[in-house]
Amino acid sequence: MSEQDQKEHFFDKPENVNRLLKGFYAICILLVVADFVIHRHISLSWEEIPAFYALYGFIACVVLVVIAKEMRKVIMRKEDYYDE
Amino acid sequence: MSELPPFILFFVAALLVVATRGIVRSTILLATPVIGALHLWLNIEPGITISHSILSFELIVMRTDKLSLLFGYLFCLACFIATIYAWHVKDTTQQLAGLIYAGSALGAVFAGDLITLFIFWELLALSSVFLVWARGTERAFNAGLRYLIFQVTSGVFLLAGALIHYHNTGSLAFDHIGLEGLAAWLIFIAFGIKCAFPFLHSWLTDAYPEATVTGTVFLSAFTTKVAVYALARGFAGEEILVYIGVTMACFPIFYAVIENDLRKVLAYSLINQVGFMVTGIGIGTALALNGAVAHAFSDVIFKGLLFMSMGAVLYRVGNINGSDLGGLYKSMPKTTALCIVGALSISAFPLFSGFISKSMVMTAMIEADFGYLWLLMLFASAGVFHHAGIKIPYFAFFAHDSGIRTQEAPTNMLIAMTIAAALCIFLGTQPQYLYALLPWEMNYWPYDATHVLAQLQLLFFSALAFVWLNQRGMYPPELHSTNLDVEWIYRRLVPMWIHRCVMLIRAINEYASTMVMVPIQGIRHAFSQTFVARYHLSESWPTGSMVFWVAIILAAYLLMDIFG
Repeated sequence: MSEQDQKEHFFDKPENVNRLLKGFYAICILLVVADFVIHRHISLSWEEIPAFYALYGFIACVVLVVIAKEMRKVIMRKEDYYDE
Repeated sequence: MSELPPFILFFVAALLVVATRGIVRSTILLATPVIGALHLWLNIEPGITISHSILSFELIVMRTDKLSLLFGYLFCLACFIATIYAWHVKDTTQQLAGLIYAGSALGAVFAGDLITLFIFWELLALSSVFLVWARGTERAFNAGLRYLIFQVTSGVFLLAGALIHYHNTGSLAFDHIGLEGLAAWLIFIAFGIKCAFPFLHSWLTDAYPEATVTGTVFLSAFTTKVAVYALARGFAGEEILVYIGVTMACFPIFYAVIENDLRKVLAYSLINQVGFMVTGIGIGTALALNGAVAHAFSDVIFKGLLFMSMGAVLYRVGNINGSDLGGLYKSMPKTTALCIVGALSISAFPLFSGFISKSMVMTAMIEADFGYLWLLMLFASAGVFHHAGIKIPYFAFFAHDSGIRTQEAPTNMLIAMTIAAALCIFLGTQPQYLYALLPWEMNYWPYDATHVLAQLQLLFFSALAFVWLNQRGMYPPELHSTNLDVEWIYRRLVPMWIHRCVMLIRAINEYASTMVMVPIQGIRHAFSQTFVARYHLSESWPTGSMVFWVAIILAAYLLMDIFG
């Protein structure tokens, strides 16, 4: 690797990663707060749950990942499985 | 001339491509979709029908309405972007295949009868397979063969359905068919194979990741979208499509989360997106159908953009496994930024193209009282963001630094990706232009506070789940692996059973021969022990001696005849 390639990049500094994450958390909090401020037009009963979409998005993704991880136990094979 | 079917333009250009080389050939390749698009835009109005009589059949080579025209514009646009992306490719096979493939897609969407549709349906298969084979590896060759078998089978179903349909109704016209009778089901299955219905989808996830860097960009644009068009034309409002569509939207995301080959992740995500379109077609209201075709329009562009960005990585690094990549934003910052635009679009972030089209299908679902299925589609929407929106850019360009240092993508690739990215943002911020092209009358506007807030909450908290899982070390790492899918049935189970059957037959054969041969040998042995065996005639003779004895006998007969 040459000298030039060794230069520090944006995400090499942990404080930059932290700054990004803090901004991200702040937006998440704002979105939940906005849920109580903005008057929403509701067409489904589920939408009455406060911050329904936020909760659903979070839970959906955790469930997705947990199930997918379990699936690995059943369906995962070696990379060259079909080549043998 | 003013009503020339656009596929002829592409096929003539293909002939010119064979006859030319160098810059002239490249210019022809690039000019063809531009001329095609201008021709469609300026000369072709909805409501044109051009037919030719061949034998006793009346073949309608061009029938235009707003639905077919929308797909016509889309395919010219997709071909244009993919051609810029493939500008550096000098391989005649790929150049020809791409052009004929795009031309066939145009032929298929303007086909007014089932036989014309069938011809282009098969041409799509025959031309596109060369984009897989051009990779040159044994894996690609085998995947291409399997792809071709699926595609040609789809064509056989279509032809059989068309002929039965003709026998029953006396008409070959390709209009609304509806799911009644054998003919309709055969045609439905034909469309279903090309549309990657569940259990019929494995050709897609098998072949697309094996195609060439530029070939996959072409592949992602045409085949499935022709099928979406055909379903919208023939089976709009069939409720079974809602269930099929929801399944298509949901199951691939699990595979996408654990898949290592990032182009295969995109192939799964392609099925997921087509699921939204199929659902829209199944609902069948004006809003839902418009949503389905609008989503096809935005999908071709953003999915093309994502495939292009992953193709650029494969082109530069020679590897597209999530487990081996990471930190590439350092050497490919422009590709990274363009990929993120594609990721935001497919995730349906407000102001990006996915938002303005997917939300139509979602709203139509609520209006048509599919509440519980709507929840599943919301799950799929969150899942899209998870696997395509975050996983693709994260594992390729960020994550841990793999130490790979390479160059930025070639200029022609960057230009193609920039055009696609610009279109994603343009469609997302100015949806009225796309809405004006949609075939059915509707009154819809995606941007209102409720909807934008709901979507932002869904996406940001999906991202939060990713961050949380990643920080707790719960996120499944990218691993070198193969995940079993439906293809296991025909790549493993069936060959295994055939192998077993062959072994069984061989064993039976051996058993039977011992059962027969042992007694025969026993009898022989017993015979050799008897006194008869000692006579000369009971020994085994060479042929020569047999001929000699036959000659003696014949001579004896002759003598008896003369002197008797």
